[in-house]
Amino acid sequence: MTGIDREKEFKKEYKKGNESKKEKISRVAMPEQDPAVRNKNFSEVTLGYSEEDALREASRCIQCKNPGCIKGCPVEIDIKGFISLIQEKKFDEALEKIRERNGLPAICGRVCPQEDQCEKECILGVKGEPVAIGRLERYVADREMSREMNHITEGTEKCNMSGVTRECTKEKVAVIGSGPAGLTCGAELAKMGYRATIFEALHKPGGVLVYGIPEFRLPKEIVRKEIDYVKNLGVKVEVNMVIGKALTIGDLFDSGFKAVFISTGAGLPYFMGIPGENLNGVYSANEYLTRANLMKAYCFPEYDTPIIKGRRVAVVGGGNVALDSARTAKRLGAENVYLIYRRSEKEMPARDEEIEHAREEEIEFKLLTNPVKISGKNGRINKVKCIKMELGEPDLSGRRRPVPVEGSEFDIEVDVLVMAIGQGPNPLLISTIPELELTEKGNIKASPVTGKTSMKGVFAGGDIVSGAATVILAMGAGKDAARAIDDYIRTGIL
Amino acid sequence: MYKIIKKENLAKDTDRFYINAPLIADKAKAGQFVIIRINEKGERIPLTIAGYDRENGVIMLVSLRVGKTTFLLSCLSEGDYILDVVGPLGKPSEIKNFGKVICVGGGAGIAPVIPIATELRRAGNYVISIIGARSRDFVILEKEMREVSDELYICTDDGSAGYKGFVSEFLGEYLEKNIEKSADKKTDISRVVAIGPALMMHAVSEVTRPFNIKTIVSLNSIMVDGTGMCGACRVEVGGKTKFVCVDGPEFDGHDVDFDLLISRQKIYLDQEKESMDIYKHQCGLEMDK
Repeated sequence: MTGIDREKEFKKEYKKGNESKKEKISRVAMPEQDPAVRNKNFSEVTLGYSEEDALREASRCIQCKNPGCIKGCPVEIDIKGFISLIQEKKFDEALEKIRERNGLPAICGRVCPQEDQCEKECILGVKGEPVAIGRLERYVADREMSREMNHITEGTEKCNMSGVTRECTKEKVAVIGSGPAGLTCGAELAKMGYRATIFEALHKPGGVLVYGIPEFRLPKEIVRKEIDYVKNLGVKVEVNMVIGKALTIGDLFDSGFKAVFISTGAGLPYFMGIPGENLNGVYSANEYLTRANLMKAYCFPEYDTPIIKGRRVAVVGGGNVALDSARTAKRLGAENVYLIYRRSEKEMPARDEEIEHAREEEIEFKLLTNPVKISGKNGRINKVKCIKMELGEPDLSGRRRPVPVEGSEFDIEVDVLVMAIGQGPNPLLISTIPELELTEKGNIKASPVTGKTSMKGVFAGGDIVSGAATVILAMGAGKDAARAIDDYIRTGIL
Repeated sequence: MYKIIKKENLAKDTDRFYINAPLIADKAKAGQFVIIRINEKGERIPLTIAGYDRENGVIMLVSLRVGKTTFLLSCLSEGDYILDVVGPLGKPSEIKNFGKVICVGGGAGIAPVIPIATELRRAGNYVISIIGARSRDFVILEKEMREVSDELYICTDDGSAGYKGFVSEFLGEYLEKNIEKSADKKTDISRVVAIGPALMMHAVSEVTRPFNIKTIVSLNSIMVDGTGMCGACRVEVGGKTKFVCVDGPEFDGHDVDFDLLISRQKIYLDQEKESMDIYKHQCGLEMDK
């Protein structure tokens, strides 16, 4: 829609809204922990809406005839529908409405970049602020979870959101990797009656949701409950299973799996290739976050996994992973946390909300700056030499290319440095399937619509196909593949 | 949950565990490792597979008590469970008929040499084994090592058994003699495989370098996931950064930057001590230094 079209649409829709005598209210803010308090703990930053907040925010939705929000959602949740149910205080029905399309609402309500998706298309955004769709999604999901938690504390019955585990009777399908793509694909397959088994290499399911995204942004208890929901749909989850090692793709087909969905993610950390990167105290973001999140190193020594708690920490990168690392460092007790990014803030791929939160938490931004050399003493990092950058002509990504400013080198003293400059496809599994076609970058070649690969019965989706992207895009790919797998099994046609 | 079927004490602080893990046992090859986690709050540590029984679905692990995790492991008995065991990880050893090979094992590193020596011999190699430890009491698995070797030599630091000195010293003397015996003053040893503490593998690699014998070492770096995801285990080999978990664990010892390996193994020395001290205090355990 062009700007003018949107303007017209807005007038049209808003008039209708006014007709129903809606008072003009502004977007309801979400309560948050105070920055000076939260940057010292790992509890969730945002506290969620109250019922009153949710009703007030939902009342802002003017129920457009032609809702842009739904088109903006990669999994096309009936946003208009679920908000209307909230308006009627039918919270359970609202959640069911979301779950028709999205099996992980408590997660997506928290980590989706709504500002670039549904909320970007919200007509209210033209003249003011869009409806806080993500916060509403989170509210209805959390509402059910907190009720179920009360159940547990009352000691009545174990968590089982939808009653008994469903029984699936159709063909067996293997899903490799239990991140957002895998969980969604597994859930969708189970809903269609397939016996889906998700294989996870780590000891806990969830992929990036458990090892990558920190507790303060996505509590692990929430992830666990969402996964319980998926299990209750009838999906089996097997942890500690490295496909390609303990079992091969061939073994899976031999043991009766009719199709395989590969969703192993972007699990290969990139380093810059500058001197000193192997010094002690230099981490990949994957390692740093995995230690902190999955292994709970922030609870050391109660938990056994250690992490170096630097006094001065530098994080290199400008994406969500970089900001997650920087905010983790602060919470581990660092006095100074520097975010080193080679472009300007405008080009940072991280979510606006994360950038804002990071600033509030006193992360120091070193923009238009790039590391050139890491040095240390006795094997341990003590400083990083950086060079100033300026923006030149736009590059292939459309962002202006950063160019070093000659002679502008300067040192930053640090005891920990985290490289958060991106991840590539992890070759562990795909190197065992030479017949699978890959892209030049090593990602799996798969249809963006169906996830079909060059191998019969093998589908793929999520970051292993797209390169590092978002939770919701991976979920979309999982969902599309589930549909294609159903087609394939029913018809035998690829 | 992975059940401990059997546990044997091999030497002071060193135990062999037989663990029920059918899928791993079925696929395990000499040279590969597993990652274990003892309990919910535990850390993930790699242990090289010290044997496997495919028929019964059992793998063997040998662990030397050094830190909290290996201590916790040593406290487990037959019938107990290990929370997580994942594998087999890493690339298997290269097995073919090289001719005459020397397998060197130091301390607890003797255990993972056995499956490699077994396979090398099965492939037709003449296997000479050199195993070493601090003293007689710490020499483990001598009988099993002898069974899979054509020649076996034992070294102890204090001379309480066999040759008095390090395995690397013995190896040096052995190679000198080997050359003297040959007509063209060239060694007929085509490969050396060494597993043990980093210092030992470094010393062995330096001994074989002038003889130009390909020397394979199995690196024991710190790991988290063990699947190439985190890079905790990175080392430099031939000037290039490699991940031990997926590119290794075996590398050409002549190319490995051992100083970096040893430095990186010590990253968490302070935390490891803290963890152990608290644990000792909690348990009121009596332990040796």
